[in-house]
This record gives sequence, structure tokens and C-alpha cells, in this order.
Amino acid sequence: MSLDRDTITRIAKLARIDVEEPEVEGLVTELNNILDWVETLNAIPTDGVEPMVGVGVKRAPLREDVATDGEQAEAVLANAPDPASTYFTVPKVIE
Amino acid sequence: MAISELLKFDIATASTALRAGDFTAVELTEAYLEAVEASRDLNIFITETPERAIADAAKADQRIRSGASSKMTGMPIGMKDLFCTEGVKTTAASHILGDFIPPYESTVSAKLKAAGAVLLGKTNLDEFAMGSSNTTSAFGSAINPWKQINGNKPLTPGGSSGGSAAAVAAGAAIAATGTDTGGSIRQPAAFCGIVGIKPTYGRCSRWGVVAFASSLDQPGPFARTVRDAAIMLAVMSGHDAKDSTSATQETPDFEALIEGGVKGMRIGVPKEYRVDDMPGDIDAIWRRGIEMVTAAGAEVVDVSLPMTMSALPAYYIVAPAEASANLARYDGVRYGRRIDGDDLAGMYSATRGQGFGKEVRRRIMIGTYVLSAGYYDAYYKKAQRVRTLIAQDFDSVFRNVDALLTPTTPGAAFPIGEKEDDPIAMYLNDVFTVPASLAGLPAISVPAGVDANGLPLGLQIIGRPFDEGTILRLGQAIEDAAQFEMRPRLLVKDLK
Repeated sequence: MSLDRDTITRIAKLARIDVEEPEVEGLVTELNNILDWVETLNAIPTDGVEPMVGVGVKRAPLREDVATDGEQAEAVLANAPDPASTYFTVPKVIE
Repeated sequence: MAISELLKFDIATASTALRAGDFTAVELTEAYLEAVEASRDLNIFITETPERAIADAAKADQRIRSGASSKMTGMPIGMKDLFCTEGVKTTAASHILGDFIPPYESTVSAKLKAAGAVLLGKTNLDEFAMGSSNTTSAFGSAINPWKQINGNKPLTPGGSSGGSAAAVAAGAAIAATGTDTGGSIRQPAAFCGIVGIKPTYGRCSRWGVVAFASSLDQPGPFARTVRDAAIMLAVMSGHDAKDSTSATQETPDFEALIEGGVKGMRIGVPKEYRVDDMPGDIDAIWRRGIEMVTAAGAEVVDVSLPMTMSALPAYYIVAPAEASANLARYDGVRYGRRIDGDDLAGMYSATRGQGFGKEVRRRIMIGTYVLSAGYYDAYYKKAQRVRTLIAQDFDSVFRNVDALLTPTTPGAAFPIGEKEDDPIAMYLNDVFTVPASLAGLPAISVPAGVDANGLPLGLQIIGRPFDEGTILRLGQAIEDAAQFEMRPRLLVKDLK
């Protein structure tokens, strides 16, 4: 399956990554080469094979549903690009 | 003691000398700080922490005097700049983290700190650990202290943990931490002529390690000897409730497990690793490795891992898929860099478009595509099923053998800039390391000789889950037989 320019632009949008127009052509070639290569897996019969999601994963470990940490607003906000009092901020989304 | 003398000690010998009072941790640390400065041309450290190092060393001296020390107490180490370190800038070699200063400490670095290790600084790596040459770092590539006999081109230290491997090889750290997702400890260890261990998945906590591909990422040590690597691994290991994939297995005394020899062990040599166009030097070092373990009393048998060549393509679906999910957190809101846009979505896209480098953007896009509606089953599920088959391959050979012996890499360190225009050629660096990563198995790379250009080559030993003891013992057998005592040309040696 071959990716065209529109598909590359759509993937970039889904991934929330700005791609400059001159970059698109290179990405078309690179991503197609990589996908052609990984598609060699299609030759391997995998009917009835369980997907492996991780190593040694039986089920997620559970613990009591109690707070183990918190009350650290200052530390949590210390690296925020544009904090306002005890809040993260984003560009205005409601008119 | 002269600086050049101090730098000759490894962890095992330095810890004995510190306790005997032959020199102090502060003196040892000062020697390494000189070495760090002298090796700046190699671009090994992204952030140096000399003041912290001296303070750590002074505390270590107190502990040694009071008798409350471990073997890591007073050992000056490099920390891959993927481990969050409280109060010390952590970059993951990316511009998107900006001036991120973690308000917390990763579990592995906290364990090393608690054992009394001295932090020299944060070492260079490929951006978000995505690369095999250190060239995707936003801060420029680290440079391998080794050079070809008849060449002067700067060589890659390998990747992603290139700075850590270069630091240990150059003599600018006594040991260092790394992380290995598809080969990021073993390949740079081989390229730099040192020992590197990727433990069993779950052995070392991932908490506080900047995430790349969570089902594969695993911290581990770089050191000059197998014994040093075992000492450091024991400190880094252990269950951590903060990492839900952390294993509950007890941490054995890895150093003690080195002893005992390899007599009677059965070692498998997988025929699929004998790839077409394998360089003669790699084939030769592999044969020598077989001779070494045979001479030490192990029995070598041919085995087959039929899925070997499917591991790399499966990895390049699974790892980017997980990366695209993990790296969704870099949105310019809670930490790191923000680039303004017209609206919220515009801010996200501008931040991520400018903050991530080319290879990271490429992998996020591959990951986004293989996880997107309509392609999820065809790519991602398919790769996960192939991963099951790869793990089953290992399960079945480990019924008949105790460990596997392979080359670590399909070649020696290459000049910086090579393979840059062909992502797949770069990915092929990890052809021998990725299968064990997908199966979550422990593996070690040990330097075993040099190629025709005088560059180090490594042998990889892969073991059963949680059987690091066997690979350490085999690693020691190879180390003993290889007597690899060559040192790189750019070693820090011109110091008094």
C-alpha cells in the first residue's frame, strides 16, 4: 500500500506535527520505504497466534484505591511554559 | 596519586582502595572531573554537574569512614540524559523539553544515589533514545574515542546511549547508565569496546525514565569489566511499585554469580544470525567467541531461530506505535517548550513540529499511521502476533541450551554521517539486538577483539528470563579469554 501526499498530510495532522510543504515529498518516499519493508511481515502466517502486548504481562497489578501522593502544586507547575497561579494555561478555546 | 593513576581503577579495585584509605572519593572525583573537561571535544555530556559531584563525593567519604558504604559508594558515573534527576536539567537530547528540571528522581538514579554513586553529569544520546548513532541528538553527536588505525574521521559511539558508552571508553566516567529499547546499550558498548548489559525486561524500574517504547525500554549499566557491570546492575535492579511492569523477582548477588565457570553449559549458535554479506571480521570474531567458550568447557551447539529476520520489521511497527502514544504528552502545556500558534491545535502542531527532530517526527508519524483506523490490525496487531512467534522461538531453543552466543552488531563503529540518508540502513545496526528486546530477554555485550581497522567488536550473549547469572558467567569467560586490553586513541591520558 502506497502513501500519497494527502495521506502524509493527514497523518501529520493526526499526530499534531506541523510539516513544512517542502518536507512532504521526502516523507512520502521515506515512509513508503519503511512501510514496504515492514510489510514483509505479511508473508508470515499468524492465524490463531495471540498478539504479544508486553513481556511477562499477566494482568495489571492492583492496589488499594487511595491517594499516595499529592499537594505538590508548586512542583507540578514548576516546568509549565505559561502557568497562571495554580493553573496550566492554553490558548483561548471558547469565544 | 597522579590523575592518570586514579583513572586506571575500575569499580572493583577502586572500592577496595577507597576503603583501605589509599585515596578519597573526592580525589577520585576530581580526577574524573579533569577527565570530563579534557574530553569535551567528544561532546559526551549534555550537562556537567561538577559541584554536585564534589558534594556527592564528600558524602561518600563520610560514609566510607563510618563503615556504611557499598561498592558503588564514591564511584563517579555518567547518567544517560533520559533518567530524570531531581534539580538537574533533563533533556532526552530533545529541544522539546526546553529547560526541563525534574522535580523528582528516577528510581534507578535514586538507587545509585542511595548507594553513594557520584553524578558527573548527564550524557548525550539520540533524541528520545531513537537512533543507533547518536546523530539524532539535538545537541550534536557524541564522538567515539576510538579511531581507525589509518583514518582520522570521527566515528559514531553508537546509539542511543552513545554518550554513556563514549564516557566509559574514554575514561571520563568509571561506569554509566544506559537504556536499551532495541539495542541502545549493547550496540554502543560494542562500538566503544566496553561491557553493556540489557537486563531482563522488568528487572530495572522504568519509573522516571523518559519513555520511548514502554514494552521494550529497559535500563542497564555500562562498565569496563563484566564484574563492574554486575556490581552496578545489582544496585540498579529491584521491584518498584511505581512501575506496573516492574518484576517482583528478588535481585540476586550478581557479582557472586560471575564465579563458577561455564563448564557443562550448553551454548546455542543461531544459524539465522549468519546473515548474507556478513563482514569477514564479524564472522571471525564470532568463531573466536565459540572457541573461547568451548575452551572454557562449554558445549556449543547449532540452533535455529527461524523468525530472526522478522524481528526488525516487527520492531519498527511496535516501537514507533508505542512512541507515538508516549510522545503525545509533549503538547506545550504542562512542561517543556511551547511555540505559539493560531489556536490550541495550532499551538500543539507548532510546538511538536519545531520541538521534535526529524527522526522523532518520522517515528511518531509511522506510529500514528499503524495505529490509525483501518490499519491497526494490518500493521500493529500483525507485528504483535509476529512478536509472539519470536518469543516462542527463544522459548523452544532455551529448552535445549542455557544461552545463545552471537555477534552484537553486523559491523564496527562507522564514520559520523554515514547511513544518514537511509533510515533502513541505520535500523539494520540493531539486527542482532532487537530479537532479544522483543522477547524481553537479558543480554550482555562483551568486547572480544578488533577488526582490520583496529576498531572494537563485541560478542552478545542472550539468556533465559531472569537468568542474568548465566550471561554474566559466560561474559566473564569471554573477557578472560579475549584479554581485551586495547584502549582508544582518544583516551584521556595526557593528564598528570
